[in-house]
Amino acid sequence: MSAVRAAESLLALSRQEELEDLPKDYPLSPSEDEGDIDGERKHQKLLEAISSLDGKNRWKLAERSEASLKVSEFNVTSEGSGEKLVLSDLLGPVKTSSSLAAVKKQLNRVRSKKTLELPLNNEEVERIHREVAFNKTSQALSKWDPIILKNRQAEQLVFPLEKEQSAFAPIEHVLSGWKARTPLEHEVFNILHKNKQPVTDPLLTPVEKASLKAMSLEEAKMRRAELQRARALQSYYEARARREKKIKSKKYHKVLKKEKAKKALKDFEKLQKVNPTAALEELEKIEKARMMERMSLKHQNSGKWAKAKAIMAKYDLEARQAMQEQLARNKELTQKLQTASDSEEEKGSVEEEGELLVPDTVNEIQRDADGPNPWMLRNPFNGPKEAKVQDAEQLLEPVAHEASESKEEERPGAEEDILLNTFEERRALRKKSGLSQDAEPLRKQESEDSSSQEVLSELRALSQKLNKANQQSGKQNMTSLRTVLPVQREEPTEAEEEPLLMQRPERAHTMEELEELGKEGCFQNKEVPRPVVEGQQLERNPHNLPGAPKEKKRKEQMIDLQNLLTTKSPSVKSLAVPTTVEELEAEEERHQKQMIKEAFAGDDVIRDFLKEKREAVEASFSLKPRRVLQEKTRICQM
Amino acid sequence: MKVKMLSRNPDNYVRETKLDLQRVPRNYDPTLHPFEVPREYVRALNATKLERVFAKPFLASLDGHRDGVNCLAKHPKSLATVLSGACDGEVRIWNLTKRKCIRTIQAHEGFVRGICTRFCGTSFFTVGDDKTVKHWKMDGPGYGEEEEPLHTILGKTVYTGIDHHWKEAVFATCGQQVDIWDEQRTSPICSMTWGFDSISSVKFNPIETFLLGSCASDRNIVLYDMRQATPLKKVILDMRTNTICWNPMEAFIFTAANEDYNLYTFDMRALDTPVMVHMDHVSAVLDVDYSPTGKEFVSASFDKSIRIFPVDKSRSREVYHTKRMQHVICVKWTSDSKYIMCGSDEMNIRLWKANASEKLGVLTSREKAAKDYNQKLKEKFQHHPHIKRIARHRHLPKSIYSQIQEQRIMKEARRRKEVNRLKHSKPGSVSIVPEKKKHIVAVVK
Repeated sequence: MSAVRAAESLLALSRQEELEDLPKDYPLSPSEDEGDIDGERKHQKLLEAISSLDGKNRWKLAERSEASLKVSEFNVTSEGSGEKLVLSDLLGPVKTSSSLAAVKKQLNRVRSKKTLELPLNNEEVERIHREVAFNKTSQALSKWDPIILKNRQAEQLVFPLEKEQSAFAPIEHVLSGWKARTPLEHEVFNILHKNKQPVTDPLLTPVEKASLKAMSLEEAKMRRAELQRARALQSYYEARARREKKIKSKKYHKVLKKEKAKKALKDFEKLQKVNPTAALEELEKIEKARMMERMSLKHQNSGKWAKAKAIMAKYDLEARQAMQEQLARNKELTQKLQTASDSEEEKGSVEEEGELLVPDTVNEIQRDADGPNPWMLRNPFNGPKEAKVQDAEQLLEPVAHEASESKEEERPGAEEDILLNTFEERRALRKKSGLSQDAEPLRKQESEDSSSQEVLSELRALSQKLNKANQQSGKQNMTSLRTVLPVQREEPTEAEEEPLLMQRPERAHTMEELEELGKEGCFQNKEVPRPVVEGQQLERNPHNLPGAPKEKKRKEQMIDLQNLLTTKSPSVKSLAVPTTVEELEAEEERHQKQMIKEAFAGDDVIRDFLKEKREAVEASFSLKPRRVLQEKTRICQM
Repeated sequence: MKVKMLSRNPDNYVRETKLDLQRVPRNYDPTLHPFEVPREYVRALNATKLERVFAKPFLASLDGHRDGVNCLAKHPKSLATVLSGACDGEVRIWNLTKRKCIRTIQAHEGFVRGICTRFCGTSFFTVGDDKTVKHWKMDGPGYGEEEEPLHTILGKTVYTGIDHHWKEAVFATCGQQVDIWDEQRTSPICSMTWGFDSISSVKFNPIETFLLGSCASDRNIVLYDMRQATPLKKVILDMRTNTICWNPMEAFIFTAANEDYNLYTFDMRALDTPVMVHMDHVSAVLDVDYSPTGKEFVSASFDKSIRIFPVDKSRSREVYHTKRMQHVICVKWTSDSKYIMCGSDEMNIRLWKANASEKLGVLTSREKAAKDYNQKLKEKFQHHPHIKRIARHRHLPKSIYSQIQEQRIMKEARRRKEVNRLKHSKPGSVSIVPEKKKHIVAVVK
């Protein structure tokens, strides 16, 4: 009994690998009860005595030669095996006794079993937990990837990204906070409540629902049967209609139509007798149909078919007849009914007269309400060219009045029609020949026109500029005195990590300061920034003098670079530009005009031109008589 | 006779109302307008100049605190309401439209360390140096009632920060550890630690609401998962991070304001390299807040300035400063993305425009059109040197300016040394560490 218990406890112990203490529980040591040391010693003696009875020593007493960590009571040592007892050491002495066979078996079994590993320490466990959790969350987060990518790549984001839908408040919520006050409202609500009209879902009233529910089984069956029949009939008629529609025979259809017409007439007559008001309505319908017919182009020999027939009509009697028939049909359809056919002839005559006077297509305004205005439409190909031609036209007329009346007198008459024609022709010509100005004119007069045109247009442009310059002449001093202050040198910053901002301890409050700032930016890579007097530079050398000093040239270049983009063309005012901007533009324009004015200072261009022309004419005249003289002399000599 | 008539669509030449401008028909054919580009250039130039002329971002200063403003909080429902906590334990609620303080509470003894509003906007929480967490009602007490918190939680240690969950009745505090609290309980539902150090701030992720980020004084940033009640990962930087802020539009992006004058934007899935290093400040960055669009953020620095950074740029697009503004401790970007508030050492809260030259108030449609047109022009010509120069110019106080110069010199010297070392050593023995990697010490799993 005790042996078995001991074995069990041993088993348990061996599992924990605490073999060192094993012998403590061995049955040979019944010393558990004894508490005092004295008794223990006696017991030891007794044991020795018993063991000596045997004759041979059971255990060799181990000699303790050096200090060891553990001193076993029963002299069990594990010398030579690394200070550790192995199970087999214990089994050695048990071999002989047969009573412990069961224990031995168990021990063997235990030995064959594997032991559990040590649990990891806390930190490692936590780390694993963290890693798992991190992987999980980062996986969960990657579901946002496509959305974020889309947002990042979007050209424009409008916030809020998803507009909140305005929540529909259910009507009962609205009604609960609202009370009928006026008598009318009271009345309405009373009626509604009386009929139990649902406020929210106005499909069926409770009464209706109740009545629906009240329908008996037989009624329901009957109703179902009716519905079935109706459905069957409907499908039958549909099938029939489809069949009839497929019939291709014209004769059949003609007969059918006639039949229908007859039937309609009969019905109408019957209706007239029975119910005159309904008949009147019918009449109105017929009248309307007539009006529609009159309005449409149907049966007027204007369709595709009719045109084809008209070609054949010369040779084909049948075709002629068909056309006649169509016309007849038209007449028939547009004929007024007997009741209101008094003034038909008159109207007809009036219409004819109208046709004679003005064809109605002419006065028809080609208005396309929603379509693009033809004036605003542009033809990308010939748009600019046309504009040029128009320019030329515009230029020509006033100048012709101003400068050279003689040219105009040369033209045969002052007929505008001819002018228009020539212009049109020229326009067409230019369209054909592209932009080239030297397109060969067809007529002599035209060539003359165009050549004079060019000269005149140039002249006019110049004179216009001059006029403007004269107007602005008083203000020239102001603009010419504008100077630009010397600028500081600025080192280019690193290309790699160039800051977005240009941070400085100076402030730039006003436009002028900003202007200077911008200039600084421009001159950043110039070597020696120097004061530049705007305008004056241009005044000094308006013409590119070949002998101008080099320095001046460079200065001019700088200005050119700067003004390259900012030179003004006739500007179109935009709504978007603030007023200050406009002022700037105006200033720049003034500047330009002044330049031109100075360029042409002291010479009257028009007068010069006239003078030159006169000289040229005189020269040609003086040449002529000389030539005549020469000829005369030649004749005389002969 | 044929009579020809002009026919025009009146829609094209008749103005809609009397107040409108007369319509002028225009042919938009580019070949007819050869000087369009120069004209536009001039317009762009003028628009840029005007933008700089009208760049007056400072709107108002809210004064009333009797000590430095230590923390700010936005009201989640009302744009006009702002809460601020000061270093003397006072909490004030401000009305921005009136620019007045509407309520004052002596909330704590010592600093108010953190303040946050509940997502519904009916109450707010404060933590202070007196080791308490207090829950306050947003509305003031009725007549005759005493100003009392709804709840007070007495803790064992000092709390240094607080943030409320974006959807649930849960909030998080930080101090020696990160605690997650249920609003109804007086003890935390879970507390998470990793190492022993005082954590300076904790922030909930606004999108994946169970995620938290915190930064501690041992130079690390730690991410937590509230559901799994564990920390996730830790990244250790060169210097201490003062606070972090999550991107409200991108779930896994957050930006950390660091003591080494830089801000680091991280993708939380890859902490070993920041997505972007934002540098322009010349002193420690103390606070950062994202714009609700998630495209920009504002940072407050010890160098007495605040800067606005685009998320994808390493340099700031704007710098705000005034003479009287001292070290800026906290900054917030309002929920309509139009304004920026900053609280600073000298007891004031300042209100700035997020776009310096934006015109406030209702714009007429024509004004709006002009604004859009100018915006487009500026964008189109932004790279022209003249325009670029003007658009980039900013005024800086002398102190910051000189510090920038100084630091540039230092940086240049360091770079030169590195290059020299590389030049004079065996190839392969010295490697260049990219700027992004330079500041990351380690990532701990």
